Amino acid sequence: MNYAVLVPMIVFLLVIFFIGYWASRKLTSSSNFISDYFLGGRELGGFVLAMTMVATYGSASSFLGGPGTAYTMGFGWVLLAMAQVVTGYFVLMILGKKYAIMARRYKAITMIDFLKSRYDSSAVVLLSAFSIIIFLFSAMAAQWIGGARLVESLTGLSYNSALFLFAVSVLVYVTIGGFRAVALTDAVQGAVMLIGTLILLVAVIIAGGGIPNIVNDLLNENPNLVTPYGANGDLTAAYVSSFWILVGVGVVGLPQIAVRAMSYKNSRSMHRALIIGTIVTGFIMLNMHLIGVFARPVMPGIEIGDKVIPLIALETLPPWVAGIVLAAPMAAIMSTVDSLLLLVSSSIVKDVYLNYVKPDATIKTIKRISFGVTGMLGIIVFLLALNPPELLIFLNLFAFGGLEAAFIWPIVLGLYWKWGNKYGAIASMATGIVSYIGLHFYNLENGNLFGVHTVTLPVLLSLVAFVAFSLLIGRKAYQYNVPTLK
Amino acid sequence: MEETDWRFKIAHREAKIGVSLALFNFVWWFGFAYGMGSRPVEEYNYVFGLPDWFFYSCVLGFLVISVLVVVIVHFFFTEVPFDDEEDSP
Repeated sequence: MNYAVLVPMIVFLLVIFFIGYWASRKLTSSSNFISDYFLGGRELGGFVLAMTMVATYGSASSFLGGPGTAYTMGFGWVLLAMAQVVTGYFVLMILGKKYAIMARRYKAITMIDFLKSRYDSSAVVLLSAFSIIIFLFSAMAAQWIGGARLVESLTGLSYNSALFLFAVSVLVYVTIGGFRAVALTDAVQGAVMLIGTLILLVAVIIAGGGIPNIVNDLLNENPNLVTPYGANGDLTAAYVSSFWILVGVGVVGLPQIAVRAMSYKNSRSMHRALIIGTIVTGFIMLNMHLIGVFARPVMPGIEIGDKVIPLIALETLPPWVAGIVLAAPMAAIMSTVDSLLLLVSSSIVKDVYLNYVKPDATIKTIKRISFGVTGMLGIIVFLLALNPPELLIFLNLFAFGGLEAAFIWPIVLGLYWKWGNKYGAIASMATGIVSYIGLHFYNLENGNLFGVHTVTLPVLLSLVAFVAFSLLIGRKAYQYNVPTLK
Repeated sequence: MEETDWRFKIAHREAKIGVSLALFNFVWWFGFAYGMGSRPVEEYNYVFGLPDWFFYSCVLGFLVISVLVVVIVHFFFTEVPFDDEEDSP
C-alpha cells in the first residue's frame, strides 16, 4: 500500500469530517430545521456560494474523464471544455435576483418548491420529483463508482473496501450536517481543486521540458492534436459548439445547481460569487484539460482515459504532493455526490412526503425522516455500486442532458415569461425527457443528427412545447407582483 | 399591484446583460478558434508556446471574460433586498 499517497488523503478526509461535525452543531441550535438542513438557512456568503457551485458542477468527468479525453484528442478538447466558463456567471445572472426574490416569497427550499408555487400543480411536482429521484440517483451511483475506482487505484485497496471507505466518509457528514456542511466542505474541496490543478500543471510542464517543447512533440506525433479538430480531424465546429448547451448555458436547468441559486444571503454574496465562480471555473477547466494534453508527450501510451491524471501525478510529483493533488478529483467526486444525495433526499422528504403523505408532520418527525432517508439512500447507493446493474449505467447516460431538457424552460420561462403555465411546464418536461431518450438511441444507431450533441434538439423541442401548450391551453397571465404568501 | 416591483426591473436588466455576455463570450471563443484554427497547421504562430488560435480563444478569451464580469458586476449590478418585508427603494 502506498502510504505516502494515502496519508495526505486521509488527513483531507479528516478535515472534511471535522467540518461536517462543526456544521451539525450549528444545526441542533436551529429553529427552522428544514430550511437549515436542505438549504443552509439561506445564508451562504459569496465565496462559499461560488465554490459550492463550482465543486458541485465539477465532477468526476472534469477531473478524470475530461482530461483523459484531452489526452487523446489534443487541444480541440480543451477548446470544448472552455465552453464551461460561461456557467460561472450565466446561472447566477439568469436566475439571479428574480429567482432569489421569488424563492423567498414562495418560501421555497427546493427547486421543486419553486415550480410548485409558480405553476400551482401537483402533476408538475410529482413529475419533477420523479425525474430528480430517478436520474440523479443514477448519476450519484455512477460518481460513487468513480470515487471508489480512484481510491482503489491510489491505495491498492480492493474495490469493495475502497467503496466502503468512500461511502462512509460521504454519508457521515451529509447525514449529520446537511446543506451547510455540504456547502462548507465544497468550499474546502473547491480550494483543494484549485491549488491541486495548478501544482500538477506546473509539474507536467517542467517534466515535458516547457510548453514549446511539449507542443513540438505533439506536432511531431500528430499535427491534428494542435488543431481545434481533434486527433482524427473529426471534431466539427457544430459538435463542439453544441457543448455550449450541454455544459454551458443548459446548466441553468440542473436542479443541483438551481437550488444553490436560492441559497445565498444577499445580493452582495451573489455578486461576489459571480466573480469568484467565473474565475475559478475557467481556471480549473483550463488547467485540468491542458494537463491532459501536456501529459501525452510526457507519458505516451496510456490506454484508459480515467487513469491519465492519477498516473501523471504519481509520475511527475513526489508521492506526498501527489496525495494532496489527487485529493482534488476525490474532492470533486465527493462534493458532487454529497449535493446529489442531499437533493434526492430533499425531493423525497420535502417534495413528496411533506406535500402529499403527511403535511402536518412535527419537527421531530421531519428531523428523523430527513436523517433516515439521507442515510437509507446512501446505503442503497452503496449496495448498488458494489455490483452496478445495467439499468443504472443506462439511466446515468440521461442524467445530465435529460434533466437540462426537462427543467430549463419551466425554470427560466417560469421566471421571466408571464404566459407560462402548468400545461406548458408539463408538456415541456415530458417532451424534453422523451425526446432526449429517443434521440439518444437514434444517434447511437445513425451518428449524431445534424452533427450536434444529443442535448441540442430536445432543448429546442421542449421550448416549443412550453410555449405552444402555455398559449393553447388555459392561457392566463401570471401575476408576479402579488405576493402569494404574506 | 399594476406597477412592476422595482427590483424586478433591475433583475430583468441584469438577466439581459447575462445573455449578452454569454453571446459575446461565444462569438469570441468561436471566432478565434475556428477563424484562426482552420488555417493549415504549418501557418500557426505560437504565443507562449501555445498555438495562436488556442491562446486567443481560450486563454485570452477567459481573461477578457473574467475582467468583463468584474467590471459588469461592479458598475452595472445593483444590490437589492431579497425579502419582501424590506420592500422600499
